[in-house]
Amino acid sequence: MPRTLYDKLWDSHIVYAEDDGPTLLYIDRHLLHEVSSAQPFQGIRQAGRTPWRADANIAMADHNVPTVNRKNGVTDPISLVQIEMLTRNCEENDILLFDMNDRRQGIVHVVGPELGLTLPGMTLVCGDSHTSTHGALGALAFGIGVSEVEAVLTTQCLLTTRLKTMLVQIDGSLQPGVTPKDLTLSVVRKLSIGGGKGYAIEFGGEAVRELSMEGRMTLTNMTIEAGARSGLIGVDATTIDYIDGRLYAPKGSQWDMAVKAWKEFRTDEGAVFDATVALDAGTVQPMITWGTVPDMSVNIGDRLPDPGDEPDKQRRSLFERAYEYMGLKPNTPVTEIKLDKVFLGSCTNGRIEDLRAAAKIVKGRHIAANIKLAMVVPGSTMVKKQAEEEGLDHVFREAGFEWRDSGCSMCLAMNNDRLEPGERCASTSNRNFEGRQGQGGRTHLVSPAMAAAAAVEGHFVDVREMEGKSGS
Amino acid sequence: MDPEITAIVAPIDRIDVDTDAILPKQFLRSIEKTGYGTYLFDEWRYLDHGELGETKVRPLNPDFVLNQPRYADAEILLCRRNFGCGSAREHAVWALHENGFQALIAPSFGDIFANNCYKNGVLPINLSEEDVDRLFVAVALHPGYKLTIDLPRQTIQTPDEKVLPFVIDTFRKRCLIENLNEISYALAHSQKIREFESRRRAEAPWLFNSFSE
Ligand code: SF4
Repeated sequence: MPRTLYDKLWDSHIVYAEDDGPTLLYIDRHLLHEVSSAQPFQGIRQAGRTPWRADANIAMADHNVPTVNRKNGVTDPISLVQIEMLTRNCEENDILLFDMNDRRQGIVHVVGPELGLTLPGMTLVCGDSHTSTHGALGALAFGIGVSEVEAVLTTQCLLTTRLKTMLVQIDGSLQPGVTPKDLTLSVVRKLSIGGGKGYAIEFGGEAVRELSMEGRMTLTNMTIEAGARSGLIGVDATTIDYIDGRLYAPKGSQWDMAVKAWKEFRTDEGAVFDATVALDAGTVQPMITWGTVPDMSVNIGDRLPDPGDEPDKQRRSLFERAYEYMGLKPNTPVTEIKLDKVFLGSCTNGRIEDLRAAAKIVKGRHIAANIKLAMVVPGSTMVKKQAEEEGLDHVFREAGFEWRDSGCSMCLAMNNDRLEPGERCASTSNRNFEGRQGQGGRTHLVSPAMAAAAAVEGHFVDVREMEGKSGS
Repeated sequence: MDPEITAIVAPIDRIDVDTDAILPKQFLRSIEKTGYGTYLFDEWRYLDHGELGETKVRPLNPDFVLNQPRYADAEILLCRRNFGCGSAREHAVWALHENGFQALIAPSFGDIFANNCYKNGVLPINLSEEDVDRLFVAVALHPGYKLTIDLPRQTIQTPDEKVLPFVIDTFRKRCLIENLNEISYALAHSQKIREFESRRRAEAPWLFNSFSE
């Protein structure tokens, strides 16, 4: 019987399944970071246990690390304890750690794929909801809570139940100047924030095949913003080419054996999904979110929606609250929204391709006078290095951007990078929830190119009007 | 939770409440499993900005529903659809639990959040939009409104004796009632895990490489 990619991944990891009960699923790779690991390590210590398979775990500090003056260490005493605790736990348990000064350090979801730690056909979990990112490589990857982190550390397994499958079929091609982030935001809008709940979503169709790995990861990264724990993309030549030569990718005869196995990790012709949603990539426009939930978004050429047009009563009241929180008025043209800060980074858009796209826009230009801070936070230390080799740091610096060290930074504002109350930010991250980038801060999610264009103009602008024209 | 509870219901009348709202990020810097209760819904609950470990008395937001004395002893939280979406932070559930909440009722919950609830003995109950709507009206009308949740029978009983059945996965129900620990369950199958692992090692040896450079 033809099977979906999800079916294949699931079936190949069943350790034990009770009739009518949960499945004990084997986990090949477990990524750890400082924010969701202290309690699980404490748990195993208290229970007198040790990790089941230490070498299946890789840890790094990302959420809470400073993005400036890193050589001076962590100045915030509470964060320092947490980051030191990660180091101690990894030492005690013999787990490989990339500390914040390691050349391999970065945001877990950027580092996994870029080092070849994330591979097709595997199960991968992490105590972080954006673990869905890794599904772009044909892996079953999903976020787990702290209790489950302890379970995986202790047993290398998770007790879990099978998800339903959804195919998001994206045909057609993206128009010039429209990016994977715009496609992603339009998928989230189409499904709505809760629309993918209970599903593993596979992305298929011409437009997905045409995406680079970076673009695919932007798409699977935000699957959780549509409520789905896992996003998946079948293995093809793009996947294999991306992995080839990565630091920890299999080599030699192992590589040949692996590639042969990986090619199976795509949905068979004729396999049936529990749900299917279709989207035409050709209709996607550059987008921004205007509200406090990732599916509250509009095209750049539009005006902000009128809550009165919203048929659902509860959604209408959420719109009204969102307008109040965001300090915006219905029917305002998007291009009239002025900004205070610009954040380029995160596990959604902190990869080299993202920085290149933004640099292309800002080259020869300068950020507008009303922009108090524009910062680039590469998704990993290796992305940073690569960008510097290409001279992108100069482009950004000359344009007035700050060039920072890698980490989650203002995506969730756990370190010192944050918005002040009332400040408005164009951000390439994934969540625009109230307070996400700092209490009272106002977040607009956009693509790297759109964020760059907004930094230059001081307000939102259709990036397609700037592309091709050279900077002043 | 206890298999059967009768408790006051507090309402959070808002769809898509995310875990960032339930417990803001600055509190995730703690390495403890407890101490999150006072920070539940921090940005809505207080008028000032909260930081971890501060001991000063903070100004409450009088407009926030959970600050009303009538809900002070609530153990059941009535929510709207997609409650607990967003971040995987289990801390959000710990904060609810520390505030005495044993059960949550909503048309739907974030997947990871619901999972985290079960792991901490908090019961997330799905009811239809209509039933939830009716409960919101009843809670608003009757101060001290209580519901009885009977987990073994899978029912919610209203003060006017209406019985609302709910669905729960059999295994999860067993875990809650018997306080069954999933780690012990998995370890009881250690032999099977080892067998699986050796098969996998043969099939996909690259997954067992060591990471020395
Ligand atoms: S960059 Fe943002 S979304 Fe990604 S892991 Fe870090 S905090 Fe989470």
